[in-house]
Amino acid sequence: MPSRIQSQARPDSLLINMGPSHPAMHGAVRIMLELDGERILNSEIEVGYLHRGFEKTCENRTYFNLLIYTDRLNYVSPLINNVGYVMTVEKLLGLSIPERAQYIRVLMSELSRISDHLTCLAAMAMECGAFTVFLYKMKAREFLWDVIEATTGARMTTSYIRIGGVRADLHADYEAAVQKGLAETRKVLKDVHGLLDKNKIFLNRTRDIGVMTPENAVNYGWTGPALRSTGIAYDVRKAHPYLTYDRLNFEIPTGERGDNFDRYMVRMREMDQSLRIVEQCLAKIPKAKTGLMADGLEPAEAIRAARTQKPDRPVKLSPNLEGSEKAVTKDILADDRRVTIPPKEETYTSIEGLISHFKYFMKGHGIRPPKGEAYLSVEGGNGELGYYIVSDGTDRPYRLHLRAPCLPLLAAIEELIKGRMVADVIPTFGSMNIILGELDR
Amino acid sequence: MEETTILEALKRRFPKGVVDASAPLGDATIVIRKDALLEIIPFLKEKPYEFAMLLDLTCVDYPERAERFEMVYHLFSLAANRRLRIKLSVPEDAAVVDSLVRFWKNADWLEREVFDMFGVRFAGHPDLRRLFMNDGFVGHPLRKDYPLRKRQPMIPLRK
Amino acid sequence: MQGNFITTRLNAMLGWGRKYSLFHYPFVTACCGMEYMSAACAHFDIDRFGAGWTRFSPRQSDLLLVVGTISQKQAPVLRTVYDQMTEPKWVIAFGACAVSGGIYDNYAVVQGVDQVIPVDIFIPGCPPQPEMVLDGLIKLQDKIQKTKQDWRWKKQRS
Repeated sequence: MPSRIQSQARPDSLLINMGPSHPAMHGAVRIMLELDGERILNSEIEVGYLHRGFEKTCENRTYFNLLIYTDRLNYVSPLINNVGYVMTVEKLLGLSIPERAQYIRVLMSELSRISDHLTCLAAMAMECGAFTVFLYKMKAREFLWDVIEATTGARMTTSYIRIGGVRADLHADYEAAVQKGLAETRKVLKDVHGLLDKNKIFLNRTRDIGVMTPENAVNYGWTGPALRSTGIAYDVRKAHPYLTYDRLNFEIPTGERGDNFDRYMVRMREMDQSLRIVEQCLAKIPKAKTGLMADGLEPAEAIRAARTQKPDRPVKLSPNLEGSEKAVTKDILADDRRVTIPPKEETYTSIEGLISHFKYFMKGHGIRPPKGEAYLSVEGGNGELGYYIVSDGTDRPYRLHLRAPCLPLLAAIEELIKGRMVADVIPTFGSMNIILGELDR
Repeated sequence: MEETTILEALKRRFPKGVVDASAPLGDATIVIRKDALLEIIPFLKEKPYEFAMLLDLTCVDYPERAERFEMVYHLFSLAANRRLRIKLSVPEDAAVVDSLVRFWKNADWLEREVFDMFGVRFAGHPDLRRLFMNDGFVGHPLRKDYPLRKRQPMIPLRK
Repeated sequence: MQGNFITTRLNAMLGWGRKYSLFHYPFVTACCGMEYMSAACAHFDIDRFGAGWTRFSPRQSDLLLVVGTISQKQAPVLRTVYDQMTEPKWVIAFGACAVSGGIYDNYAVVQGVDQVIPVDIFIPGCPPQPEMVLDGLIKLQDKIQKTKQDWRWKKQRS
């Protein structure tokens, strides 16, 4: 079947394909262009090259199991995706979580947001020819990912935010690691400002290109940095505060013209604000009630002792991810046996713990939110990341729909590049931060 | 409090169109009849409600119901900072809903997605094609009766 | 006897030359692309292993990195890209989705790129850490060194 652009094309114009595998298209999008020389007469965008059946798969997974799929939606900021999904389920369950866990979620979300913006702008700069900026930003991202890795155990796809709280407490010297990441990121941001802000080539390719009016942006359903670049200060963190964002001090940077450069600038300034939030989190985060490292039995010893009788001392292991969890779960997990996994040492050393662990993962048991539906959104890297979950009372969602912030952004590109040059497609596409994982789902 | 007033106002304004209005878990929701959509949307878009943004548009499949598909719209008002959910049911044998493309531009892709995934058609849509799946794809994957693992390769696969 | 000695030496030399000058084409579709970026950038620096030259044209590259999920819609594109590459060519399946479909066992995803094109090295992980990528690359280099080189520039693979 010929596409729309093929059937409507003028006989004397040239049709070319950008993508789905194209050097300057990060991600598999296909843009079909109708050209008159270098000028774009018309374009058509085809998506779906990364359609992975997320929503259908989620209908066949339990609430606990489908968490891993949310990591891979917006794979540049997986932790924010986790937070959005988990909070929607918590809304269905009517669950409240400890304050320390809330702060950890905010901290992790903001680290994720910074790495999201870094990656987006790095790719955009590289496609405009600024390879140095790309390398610098990737360097900063590595330092942030080191923090994330030390706490969550994975660099990207962490599945760290769990229903009822978080998987593990922060690692013992997280504060120093975060400070190092922040310092490195600040240095890189300063360098990038110096390299790009007044760079003639960069300005020529971004200033007044891909201009969006505020009215049109709202009509398209834009959110996030792209909407803010047109001058509308809508941020889910301020408009509908969740977690502890109402207790933290930050501003919403906005642009004026809504062009590519403004989108770049809004992202850069948003990173500064995120750095501020992270610093405030470090100061305000409630202290853990127990020490991060529990002392007690060696794990093998504990299991051996449990064969005859219940061990009286806690198990000694690292505070995050493995080992003695009972002591820290109070701080980071909601006190509700129906929705949280029992601490590991209870599972291994007592029959009640084993039963509740087993029931948690048994088919038809586990987390079963009451019948109903909920929509909840968080501020993702690209805008309002909303989850709509319909529950029918079983352990699997009846329907799970993601409101992808990228979809309206990409839908608007056809209009933004009309009448421009071929070279303008690249910075316009780059400044939107199109993440196919969440768009195609 | 505000939530109930808008729901009541809508009920009073459209006694026939609005079937039900409630706010489960704090989400303001109205259930409307299918043919009242084009009447209610312009009213909501104008003052005093100014739902200027179509956040989301999706569909839920209930094979056991008489009216199989349930369309779900999420609107957002920047001026009043509030969301509204609109639901309406569509029977399978006449799975056609009025298109909202003339009100919101992003409805274009969102409706194409629903058509692709559920097979619900939209009257007045300028270019109703599949969005994600390829043209030759048979069936609509998000329907409950489509098997999870039924693959339709575009090229012959090896082995 | 004499002739064999020369061809063996020539074979080793060609293998040595080829393994340290891999021009790779990253066929990036999904999440693994982020780790590919990490592997290619300053921290892990894939350039140290002679594969720093990213060519975004299949005609100019001899190593195809399939990075990320390949959906049924993407499969013909991948096949075309592979067919466009000139011999000798190698393929690395990067990440669990490219290896086996990974966690996406459903209607939309190809269960492993070896159903579409022949693959030399599989790197598991979701996504694989950059260290694993480098390890996979070294394993491919070993493989290149050990195989009988196609030094007559004649097409052998179908």
